[in-house]
Amino acid sequence: MAGYFANIQETVTSIFEGMSITFSHFVRRPFTVQYPDKIPIPIQDTLPFRYRGILEVDLEICTGCLACERACPIDCIVIEAKKDKQTKAMMLNRFDIDIAKCMYCGLCSEPCPTGSIHHTSQFEGADYSLESMLRRFVKTPVAAYKPSKGPETDPEIVPFLDRGLRYLDDFAKPGGSSEPGGADAS
Amino acid sequence: MRDLVLSMIADGGLLAGMPYSLAAPLVMVAFGALVVFGFVLPIAGVTSWLERRVWARIQSRIGPNRVGPQGFLQWLADGLKNLLKEDIIPSAADKWLFSLAPYLVVAGFIATFATIPFTSSLIIADLNIGILYITGVTGIVVVGVLMAGWSSNNKWSLLGGIRSAAQIVSYEIPAGLSVFPIVLLTGTLSMQGIIRAQGWAPWDWFFFYNPFTFVAFFVFFVAALAEGNRTPFDIPEAESELVAGFCTEYSGMRYLLFFLEEWGNLYVIGAIVTTLFLGGWQVPAFTDNQTLLTVAQFGTFFLKAYFFVFLAMWVRATLPRLRVDQLMTVCWKYMVPIAIVNMIGTAAWMLLVPEALGRMVQIGMTVGGGVVVVVFFRRVRFHLRRANLQPSDYYYSPII
Repeated sequence: MAGYFANIQETVTSIFEGMSITFSHFVRRPFTVQYPDKIPIPIQDTLPFRYRGILEVDLEICTGCLACERACPIDCIVIEAKKDKQTKAMMLNRFDIDIAKCMYCGLCSEPCPTGSIHHTSQFEGADYSLESMLRRFVKTPVAAYKPSKGPETDPEIVPFLDRGLRYLDDFAKPGGSSEPGGADAS
Repeated sequence: MRDLVLSMIADGGLLAGMPYSLAAPLVMVAFGALVVFGFVLPIAGVTSWLERRVWARIQSRIGPNRVGPQGFLQWLADGLKNLLKEDIIPSAADKWLFSLAPYLVVAGFIATFATIPFTSSLIIADLNIGILYITGVTGIVVVGVLMAGWSSNNKWSLLGGIRSAAQIVSYEIPAGLSVFPIVLLTGTLSMQGIIRAQGWAPWDWFFFYNPFTFVAFFVFFVAALAEGNRTPFDIPEAESELVAGFCTEYSGMRYLLFFLEEWGNLYVIGAIVTTLFLGGWQVPAFTDNQTLLTVAQFGTFFLKAYFFVFLAMWVRATLPRLRVDQLMTVCWKYMVPIAIVNMIGTAAWMLLVPEALGRMVQIGMTVGGGVVVVVFFRRVRFHLRRANLQPSDYYYSPII
């Protein structure tokens, strides 16, 4: 009996207060980010700096050393590189990366001498077909890159090489450069 | 309804020449079917979508917004999905009762629509025992729920069913007792009669008539929420406690029928509350055009009833669930005594309070109601300011 009316009064005031709080939430913007339809900034810009996305190979500067193939713990990189008898150049016949098998550990991009194999900031690779999971980077057999003794002179190769070496520097340095926008700044 | 039938069996009408005793039931059944399939079921479905959106916005998220514009067709997708599901009847369950239970529950709620007054002339049957009929026919829901709980042959279902039956039966009493002040004031149980005894202006509604009907409104609304198994009284469903309570063993369309009843019942609650306390379809006579007036009346009734649907959703998003013993305490120790006091108080008011003083109280209480609304929005503003929001964090539009 004690506090009967106090109970009623407390019920009414607390429900009144509670409903005013929920109504104040009703007129606020929801927190939901409606990915992928309505995102305020491109999703790649929200990724951390050394984000390890889907792998990519710049065949222009691949030396065919097979260091990445040896380093991969799951054998998802398959490379066929043969020295052509006539031209004495290393020919790359096959460079397949199975992104479904890949565990995005980054062990392949570390030993690469030129930074040709690198992680991009792409992660949206989901597809209905299993075949699209095998990324083939060699369409027609190409010659591997032979690094020159001094600075590189071929103007077409220079940007790739610059980017690759900078990628290696950033990945190796703890703290890295202050570049935002994911692992592949391009 | 009678005039409509008479005009139809007259010489130029659709059913010319038919005897009244045949034409009247035919027209009533046709109108009933139109109301049920064209109004009740879509409203129950749309209410499910609206509940999810309102609930989500109160929880700072977006509700379903994929299926159709703003997710409006989500309820159709849900209905279609459930129709295509496998109909599982547990082998140890009582097959006939198990199959019958959802239909009893839905029948109990659809039958109330026979006396819901949509406008001054649009009502399927203006029974002279209108409100008593509604209170009685919603009791069929109890039978259906108990059947569902028992025939499922499942401890959770049984507990849920028995708790639900206890809850509904207990809360019938404050609900019924809260109707009494209104019946005392109008002298009739007929729904149209109750509306006609009120006026269009807020100070003519029974809500602000005297303090006792004011309290009776809240008692009735809470009791009606409890009868409809809505939070904070949703122990029978108790999504986190009893799996799904009495409807655990149900799958597919049978399961959806229970929820159809819950959402549709919200509209019935809103309709009854506006009829009894908020003046129903009354609008000021602003035009001579009958059609326009009818449309205005329909719109007024619908908006008022749907406001209470929104209020029920809002309460569901706000309050935690009551324990079953707390539920019973609230009913028997608080609401029944308050409802009895309301009844006696209204009778005493009718006897003792002179007309002029009563009028002053009505207007005073309307002003008081306005003050409460203003205080409410000031609290809302206080909470918004306390949250230190930027202007971009406010979002008033429902479309997102």
